[in-house]
Amino acid sequence: MRARVLIRPKEGILDPQGQAVERALPALGFEGVANVHVGRLVELDVESVDAVPEMCERLLANPLIEDYEVLAVE
Amino acid sequence: MKFGVVRFPGSCDEVDAVLACEQQGDAEILWHGDRDLRGVDAVVIPGGFSYGDYLRVGAIAQFSPVMEAVAEFARDGGPVLGICNGFQVLCEAGLLPGALLPNTELRFLCRQVDVQVVNPDTPFTRACAVGQTLSIPVKHTTGRYYAPDETLAEMEDAGQVVFRYAESWNPNGSVRDVAGVCNRDRNVVGLMPHPEHAVDPLTGSADGACLFASAARMVAA
Amino acid sequence: MTTEAAVWRDLGLTDSEYDLICAKLDRAPNGLELAVFSLMWSEHCAYKHSKKLLGRLPVEGPHLLMGPGENAGAVDVGDGLAIAFKVESHNHPSAVEPFQGAATGVGGIMRDIFAVGARPIAVLDSLRFGELDSSRSRYLLDGAVSGIGHYGNSIGVATVGGEVYFEGPYEQNCLVNAMCLGIAPQERLTRSAAAGVGNHLVLMGARTGRDGIGGASVLASAELDSEDADKRPTVQIGDPFEEKKVMEACLELLDRELLASLQDLGAAGLSSSSSEMASKGEVGLDVDVSKVPLREPDLEPFEIMVSESQERMLAVVEPAQLAAVEAVCERWEVRCTVIGSVTDSRHLRVYDGDELVGDMPVEALVDDCPLYGLAPEQPAEQIYPAPRRTLAPSDDVAENLLALLGSSNIASRRPLFEQYDSLVQSRTVRRPEAADAAVLQLRHDTGGSSAIAVSIDGNGRRVACDPYWGTVEAVLECASNLACVGAEPLGLTNCLNFGNPEKPHIAWQLSRSVDGMADALNELGVPVVGGNVSLYNQSGDGPIYPTPVVGMVGLVPDAARAAAVGIGFREEGHTIAMVGTPQPSLAGSELAKLRGEPLPTSLPDIDFAAVERAQDAVRDAVRAGDLASAHDIAEGGLLVAIAECCLAGDIGARLDFGSADVDWAALEPYMFGEGVGGFVVAGPPEAIGSLAERIPLDRFGIVGGDSLRVGDGARLDVPLAELRGAHGRLGGAFS
Repeated sequence: MRARVLIRPKEGILDPQGQAVERALPALGFEGVANVHVGRLVELDVESVDAVPEMCERLLANPLIEDYEVLAVE
Repeated sequence: MKFGVVRFPGSCDEVDAVLACEQQGDAEILWHGDRDLRGVDAVVIPGGFSYGDYLRVGAIAQFSPVMEAVAEFARDGGPVLGICNGFQVLCEAGLLPGALLPNTELRFLCRQVDVQVVNPDTPFTRACAVGQTLSIPVKHTTGRYYAPDETLAEMEDAGQVVFRYAESWNPNGSVRDVAGVCNRDRNVVGLMPHPEHAVDPLTGSADGACLFASAARMVAA
Repeated sequence: MTTEAAVWRDLGLTDSEYDLICAKLDRAPNGLELAVFSLMWSEHCAYKHSKKLLGRLPVEGPHLLMGPGENAGAVDVGDGLAIAFKVESHNHPSAVEPFQGAATGVGGIMRDIFAVGARPIAVLDSLRFGELDSSRSRYLLDGAVSGIGHYGNSIGVATVGGEVYFEGPYEQNCLVNAMCLGIAPQERLTRSAAAGVGNHLVLMGARTGRDGIGGASVLASAELDSEDADKRPTVQIGDPFEEKKVMEACLELLDRELLASLQDLGAAGLSSSSSEMASKGEVGLDVDVSKVPLREPDLEPFEIMVSESQERMLAVVEPAQLAAVEAVCERWEVRCTVIGSVTDSRHLRVYDGDELVGDMPVEALVDDCPLYGLAPEQPAEQIYPAPRRTLAPSDDVAENLLALLGSSNIASRRPLFEQYDSLVQSRTVRRPEAADAAVLQLRHDTGGSSAIAVSIDGNGRRVACDPYWGTVEAVLECASNLACVGAEPLGLTNCLNFGNPEKPHIAWQLSRSVDGMADALNELGVPVVGGNVSLYNQSGDGPIYPTPVVGMVGLVPDAARAAAVGIGFREEGHTIAMVGTPQPSLAGSELAKLRGEPLPTSLPDIDFAAVERAQDAVRDAVRAGDLASAHDIAEGGLLVAIAECCLAGDIGARLDFGSADVDWAALEPYMFGEGVGGFVVAGPPEAIGSLAERIPLDRFGIVGGDSLRVGDGARLDVPLAELRGAHGRLGGAFS
């Protein structure tokens, strides 16, 4: 099955990429944008999603600075 | 005195590190796929872009065979120095506390900076004085040191902050100007500035040579 | 593909070229053959509009080891070592996608260098964009600089220098030229001729995808228009990590003498690399496209032949060495696949498994493309509009000086070069803006004291004013930069960036420019070792400024002496003097540009001998260790050069241009005029005195204080901090 892992900067950690996007959008005329965060998306075919959280803990994310969320796509 | 310098696919500064080590003793390259550390007295994890920095800087290198051997070497008290990408690898491998985040300016930055020695009681700072200022270049995109406040407080109490950027020299937004840290046992040291690029006045500075001289002195003692 | 009748036209071939192809094949070409021919016969591969002209350039010299025709040229730097170098353009890909365009430009030029067996040691770049008040220009600048840094930094090759200019005519058509230098033991220099019937043809590196399909002909030979966004899918994507592994594997393979020949895959991919190798070796090649590792399924044979996927190399390997080659590649985690063999057919035969899908005589592909003469015609008047005025004419010296120092073409390049690793490999003795040329020591290579110096130059606006003398200036300026670090020029590489050569006035620019380059090089006794031509650089707004970019490599006997001399003034009380007689004029100068003055249609003649005398004197004085600083007077003229010396040394200067009742308006050309062959030098009074015995010089100042002051300061007394503020203005372009 297909698993999708969303990885984003942990709350409270300075996210300059998110801030850069947040500054850029109003310049293009998009008002009212707040709390932008830029993360990563990892997609993988697995037999079961059960092992994916451990993959995140050990390799896909760095738990010290990143949160992750595992979604089963289909 | 024999230094071992690890070479991962994507390492860039390993030859520079060998040249710096050779000023103080012998040095040889350790291949990432080998578990054998060839009896070296100290290990240097050099700068570069190991495994292309893909996924996350330093994340993939930690699982190479040579890093298993380095982890064991470190647990036994062997001196290990991580420079730039090597620092990132050691943090990812859990051999050093904290993590490195993208610079606040989000750009690669190559600049000569002033770095202060905070703790001269590690295998790589023994030849330095407390507060001594070293002129050493940084060159990285992901060098903003981060550790949670409580961890940092513990680290400072335990003397684990080894280098700080001198006032107004912090190039990347590192928390509390931290430029380099060590583990609790102080035998594993990592820093973002490149001491191996500061060992020759002709190329800008020789201030970084004291890190390698420290290791050589410790082994000789 | 569109209707049968128009296919060759869509691919950029003329009807008569198509007829010639039919004649060479004795039949009509099939689709694959037509695709291959269209690329091999494009301007990019065949130089069909420029080859005749390039024959005027000198290609022989006492230090030359390998000249034009190989992947890169090489010069002898002593101790059995060679320096290979080349500059190449990646203009149109960068205009479409600046980050990947610039990154793959750097990747491509590096492959040229390690294809000849040299380890890349340094990169320089030459960039041109529209004025910085345009958001498109800032986007292109940011992307190109990031892309160059991304590739060079990641692969561990220092970016040690470069140049960038901002001018209106580059607004739609930016220029991204990258130069790479590599070092090799002379016996390791490798040529690309395929040899040995029965030998394997081995493809190394990345898998093949649809990158840059049609890139060479569609992107590199058509004028850009407003539909650029549609061309995005054909842009190549670079992977410096893959290239790093391929490079290490290739250098090890050459070191162990396991390869019979080596060639990189650049424009036109497998088509051009295989036919070039076969042509040079006077052999044939059979290629089986079904063996080529693919990144995505269902690529058609013609797509595989023309794909410009990056980070791939083609080698000829003797069957007995194949296992050893495979072992080296496996160790470096580099893919390596036998895709064909060397034959005696003198044909490039393409198979898809057992099926023959293309069969072309190598000679027809490589040598038979018709060459076109140019029809140059000097335009009756200047074809470029006057630059937009940004500075009102004024005789306020301080105001003019500060405007110049802060102008986009003169302001400090620190915000750019700090994004590049200039240190890796431990050779960099002189970093960017520390001296007029980068200096790279060879101590770790030779054990000796020698170094090489390198500089890249080319001011398009000056060439637009006068294609002949503007190009002469570029070459001489490069040599002057080398003289400032004590280097003797050994060889030059060039990239000729011009508009559409089929238009008579562009043909005239190109022809006059090549004449100027040839004359200047013959005067200096410096050969061209190789280079690149980039034509059709124009948009609906008109052609770019004619922009010949030249990169020069020189030898420094003692790196320590070069390291002791920089741009910056060093010590209070040192004498400041101008060496040389540059005949400065405001026509076509940076100040004239800021004032919005029309471009002139000629520049003053240059006295070659006088320039060379000044260069020789400065070079010898630097080598003798007499001088504290040496700086070539270039954009902005004398006063800007002196301000740059003050800023680099963080110390002021006191100047005296003559009596107190001096006519300041008459002095303007002297202070701000431009012309080649002048140097600002400083040193102890006795050192300047002994230099004066050798060459006439003008002593007009003393180092000291914390401002730049002329006379009693009534006309000019600007604090260093104010100069620094103006000079640092480029940082704003990146925020």
